[in-house]
Amino acid sequence: MLALEQGRFELEKALLSLDRLSARELMRNASAAHAPAALAEALIAPTLEHLGAAWQQGTVALSQVYMAGRICEELVDEFFPKDAAERRAGPRMAITVLEDHHELGKRIVYSLLRASGFECADYRRQTVAECSARVAGEGIELLLVSTLMLPSALKVRSLRERLAAVGCGAKIAVGGAPFRLDSELWKEVGADATGATASDALALAARFSAEGAR
Amino acid sequence: MSGGEVTSLERVKKALSGAQPDRIPVVLPLTMHGAREVGLPIREYFAKPENVAEGQLRLHRRYGSDALTNFHYAALELEAWGGEALFREDGPANAGAPLVRRLEEVAKLEPPKVADCPCLGRVLEATRMLRQRVGGDVPILGLVVSPFSLPALQLGFERYLQLLCERDDLLPRLLSVNEEYSVEWANAQVAAGVDAIGYYDPVCSATIIPPEMFRGTGQGAAERTLSRIRAPAVTLVGAGRCLPIIDGLARTGTRGLLVGPAEELREVKAATSGKLALLGDLNSVEMRRWDHARVEAEVKRAISAAGPGGGFILCDGSGEVPWQVPEEVLLAIVEAGKRWGRYPLDWIERA
Ligand code: B12
Repeated sequence: MLALEQGRFELEKALLSLDRLSARELMRNASAAHAPAALAEALIAPTLEHLGAAWQQGTVALSQVYMAGRICEELVDEFFPKDAAERRAGPRMAITVLEDHHELGKRIVYSLLRASGFECADYRRQTVAECSARVAGEGIELLLVSTLMLPSALKVRSLRERLAAVGCGAKIAVGGAPFRLDSELWKEVGADATGATASDALALAARFSAEGAR
Repeated sequence: MSGGEVTSLERVKKALSGAQPDRIPVVLPLTMHGAREVGLPIREYFAKPENVAEGQLRLHRRYGSDALTNFHYAALELEAWGGEALFREDGPANAGAPLVRRLEEVAKLEPPKVADCPCLGRVLEATRMLRQRVGGDVPILGLVVSPFSLPALQLGFERYLQLLCERDDLLPRLLSVNEEYSVEWANAQVAAGVDAIGYYDPVCSATIIPPEMFRGTGQGAAERTLSRIRAPAVTLVGAGRCLPIIDGLARTGTRGLLVGPAEELREVKAATSGKLALLGDLNSVEMRRWDHARVEAEVKRAISAAGPGGGFILCDGSGEVPWQVPEEVLLAIVEAGKRWGRYPLDWIERA
């Protein structure tokens, strides 16, 4: 795994300078020696997690996190097989912006998940009623909710209630500006977890897949 | 000015110039809250200038903030360019679909004339009415979305990030078109009676773009725009980080900076002392849940961090109080601000 660790550093450098050529070259070399799942888990995901943590600490900007996610998504599409069997095991996941008109946060979380080998359905913008029906109907185990506006964040409470009313035990993980600015808000609205940065969704996916398997 | 009493306008002006007034001004940016005052849904409230003038006056009477605002909602500026604002019952309107779907189309954007935009006309009319009714003692704050942040609405935020990162050849024209519009819009507000302009520029913050990108893009746009606006301006970065770009911000010609909870107010004060007035930094997303003790603690924290020496206005940290913040919290903030903000602030040393 030593080679992959060295690769993380170089991949991060290439992503931060938007150097697609170097990033592809690195992937080409690495994929000669490692299976896609290993690349996703030990190269791409940790690099994106490191960038996410740096954003939270204030040393990297959102534009860089966004572009890194996009470039990694392109790499995954180019180098990884399309069939899901090769993807990483995780909970049945979906992501939505709940009664909000801002999709960028969702877009970034979604692209980091895909680039790290996870499958996730994209529900786009939904009302509480639409979302709860779909989550229950499709047997979703982990629903990721992204909101930018406070009133939208507060809607998670009614989503939780509706899911409970139909006996759906899906876990809800929330994120976006209101949850970053108020660290207690996720508990208040009855979510199961929150993440301050998009790459926290990777750890959440891993956590809830382990809990689900138990 | 009657009997030596300091007016809100004098107080705010003094603080913006970096000096020490009788007490720290307390400014609560209340916008859609006027709808509640006059008993209308938010959309109807903003549809008529007389509603907004009446709403702002009642808010002033109820809370006694040291300033009023003519700000309606940011998406109004997208309406001016031909886009749509989407209303909701429990919060600010949001921008509808972007105007531009392919990056190349930004070359075709033409700035609207302020006189041709009924939505802007309503804001100007509300400003004139408000000025007439409130007299000259209370400042009215206007707002423009900066030419550098406006593309987040014109293009959608994702497409704008793509442009900034990969097609910055398209940026100079976009900025110059937006600058023409923003300058005209800001000066029309000044002519209608606002005393200062909030320059709403969240995209420039280090939370969103790297500081070196700001230096080559948003900083120049702000310098050019602010030099042409005929009133003092204050920069609002929407609760993003500004310490890494503080020197650049100070060079844009802005008078002050609204600081949010992403940074320590005390550190920003140390970095800007003598260069910029500060406003802030109460956490507007959290304050919904504050009790009296918490309000008092937050107000005292902010005042002791940035009050000493002057050049400070107590305000929320984003430039807009959410709809959900209860009246008692707002009243408590103003009360604590006025009580603890009286100079010389000698309680700070005793504490
Ligand atoms: C840039 C900005 C603007 C720009 C562009 C906005 C846009 N996207 O269109 C402009 C100037 C246009 C703007 C306008 C407004 N804004 Co503004 N803006 C911001 C700012 C600085 C960043 C917002 C942003 O888009 N960030 C990028 C996204 C991707 O970040 P994010 O949501 O935090 O997501 C990250 C993480 O949280 C995580 N994440 C996201 N979702 C999820 C989900 C899961 C499960 C996980 C694990 C992680 C995760 O991943 C992302 C990347 O790491 C914030 C303050 C701040 N510091 O965040 C205010 C903010 C969002 N704005 C706010 C407001 C109120 C407005 C306006 C409504 C003001 C008004 N009255 O008109 C308008 C709305 C305009 C519109 N779009 O209709 C408020 C919203 C809170 C509230 N009070 O409801 C904020 C929080 C400021 C504040 N403190 O009050 N704004």
